Amino acid sequence: MTTYTQNPDKLEGKVVRSKRVAKDYVNPYLAGILLGIVLFGAFFVTGNGLGASGGLNRILVFFEDIIAPGHIDRVSYLIAMAGGDKNALDSWIVILTIGTVLGGLVSGFINGRVKFETNRGPRMTVRSRWLFAFIGGGFMGFGARMARGCTSGQALSGGAVLSVGSWAFMFAVFAGAYALAYFVRRLWN
Amino acid sequence: MPPFPLPLTDLLGHYGSYIIYLIIGFSFGYVLEIAGFGNSKKLAAQFYFKDMTVLKVMFSAIVVAMVLIFAASAMGLLDYNLIWVNPTYLWPGIIGGLIMGVGFIVGGFCPGTSLVAAATAKLDGIFFVFGVIFGIFLFGETVGSFDQFFNSSYMGRFTLPELFGLPTGVVVVGVVAMALFMFWGAEKLEGIYGDKDAPAAPKWRYAAAATLFAGAIIVLFIGQPTTEDRWAGVADEKIAALEAREVQIHPGELLDLLHNRSLIVNMIDVREESDYNLFHILDAKNVPLDEVPDMVPALHFEPANAVFVMMSNDEGAATEAWKTLVAESVPNVYILEGGINNWLTTFADEDMQAQRLATAPGNDTLIYAFDAALGARYTVAEPDPHQYELEFIPKVKLETKRAPTSGGCG
Repeated sequence: MTTYTQNPDKLEGKVVRSKRVAKDYVNPYLAGILLGIVLFGAFFVTGNGLGASGGLNRILVFFEDIIAPGHIDRVSYLIAMAGGDKNALDSWIVILTIGTVLGGLVSGFINGRVKFETNRGPRMTVRSRWLFAFIGGGFMGFGARMARGCTSGQALSGGAVLSVGSWAFMFAVFAGAYALAYFVRRLWN
Repeated sequence: MPPFPLPLTDLLGHYGSYIIYLIIGFSFGYVLEIAGFGNSKKLAAQFYFKDMTVLKVMFSAIVVAMVLIFAASAMGLLDYNLIWVNPTYLWPGIIGGLIMGVGFIVGGFCPGTSLVAAATAKLDGIFFVFGVIFGIFLFGETVGSFDQFFNSSYMGRFTLPELFGLPTGVVVVGVVAMALFMFWGAEKLEGIYGDKDAPAAPKWRYAAAATLFAGAIIVLFIGQPTTEDRWAGVADEKIAALEAREVQIHPGELLDLLHNRSLIVNMIDVREESDYNLFHILDAKNVPLDEVPDMVPALHFEPANAVFVMMSNDEGAATEAWKTLVAESVPNVYILEGGINNWLTTFADEDMQAQRLATAPGNDTLIYAFDAALGARYTVAEPDPHQYELEFIPKVKLETKRAPTSGGCG
């Protein structure tokens, strides 16, 4: 099932040594119900939904502000986050992003899924998969800022509270991916 | 007023509230991981109809959260006005979404799932995260050249019930029905294209679907609170404040507020347009009383240092407008004491005082006669604060703003 980056024989030895076998993922509907409860909890307690790209954005801006503070103070889009003596990291969304990474790590650890590996289609080399992951990420990051949110902050959160823009956005994401899927099928099949 | 969402900063302090966000983030990451969203192959399989996990998880989450949110709102536990509803910028959202779709199928993740992939040491996830950061960087550097598009087709806080002109409950039931139909379709597609050895879908999903649908029907039957319902919930406390005259501010205080640079003062003049045209305070906005409810979402987007002052000729209509906004949880709403008439009595010069009628022609009507509709082109529309030494009891106290002004994507 899983594709390994190293020589499979070598890795198999590792698995036996640590006696860890990756557990199956939970049923998608169960995961969805749990995610829905987390999302509801976030809105119910804080008034805010979930998000991911906002946190990454602020982490980036934080480092930009260290390297080129003058630049931040000249670009209006960046001033709002880190202009003057504002700290880009002092925002709940950054904390939520850190929590997301920790949660993923703990779950991966409990279920034996923390493992250096590269998941890729059968025809892809590891290096080309990395390249395409970076390129795809670039599109994602750019698109997420243009749409003012990613799958978590717009589609999931805005969808649950019935925002018109979030629903239009969600269908656009699926449409974009389905429209291109056939042409890039060699990446995954 | 509904107790939720909680005023976290008041309860726990600025940094204390971060504990809550850490817990929420942790749960979010944990659930994404157990769903299999750290695995790009599982995510990409969605777009070849082999494994519809993405659709199932996303739409189950959306409909479960939606039913719970609107049920809590219907029961008066949660204030829908105080939760973040992503404002609609239609075209930037659609174009951004299409670009993200490209990124999804090429890169195999979305930003949230790539974080979980990176956390579990998936190297493609780590490269994807760096790609996202690079894309965000590129956006920040280029947005100046397409600013106009980025800020176009703005519709504010715009929801599906408003779009369709249907009660919220009907839309909730409709969305649940649509999701269940999509799940049915997804399972059919998996049957055709998917892995034949996949574990059989559990039977309990029928019970879960039925429970969800029943929840949506209950939301439909209870209905969402109207402004009247909301007013009834706060009436005792707020009528006491009105009677104790805690919210009627003296014209002198309004003049001070207008010259206080740390505040944003929004004057809302709810008189008839003809009266407004005869005379109004400079920068006051004319909003007829029946249109006041429509401006509630926009007022919630105002920053925390915004103050709203309602005014009519006397106080009658202004008090009605005040009740509407207070019921809809808008913070920092006040009434101009004695209305425009009192403003004129306080600040008008002798010539204008001569225009004052002996008795008011009616309730909440203008007590000054104007020869021409000059609007704000009178000196009394913008009095010089240095010319007046007025005694008044200041009443404006900024409340903590509870409605978020930016969501998880800012």
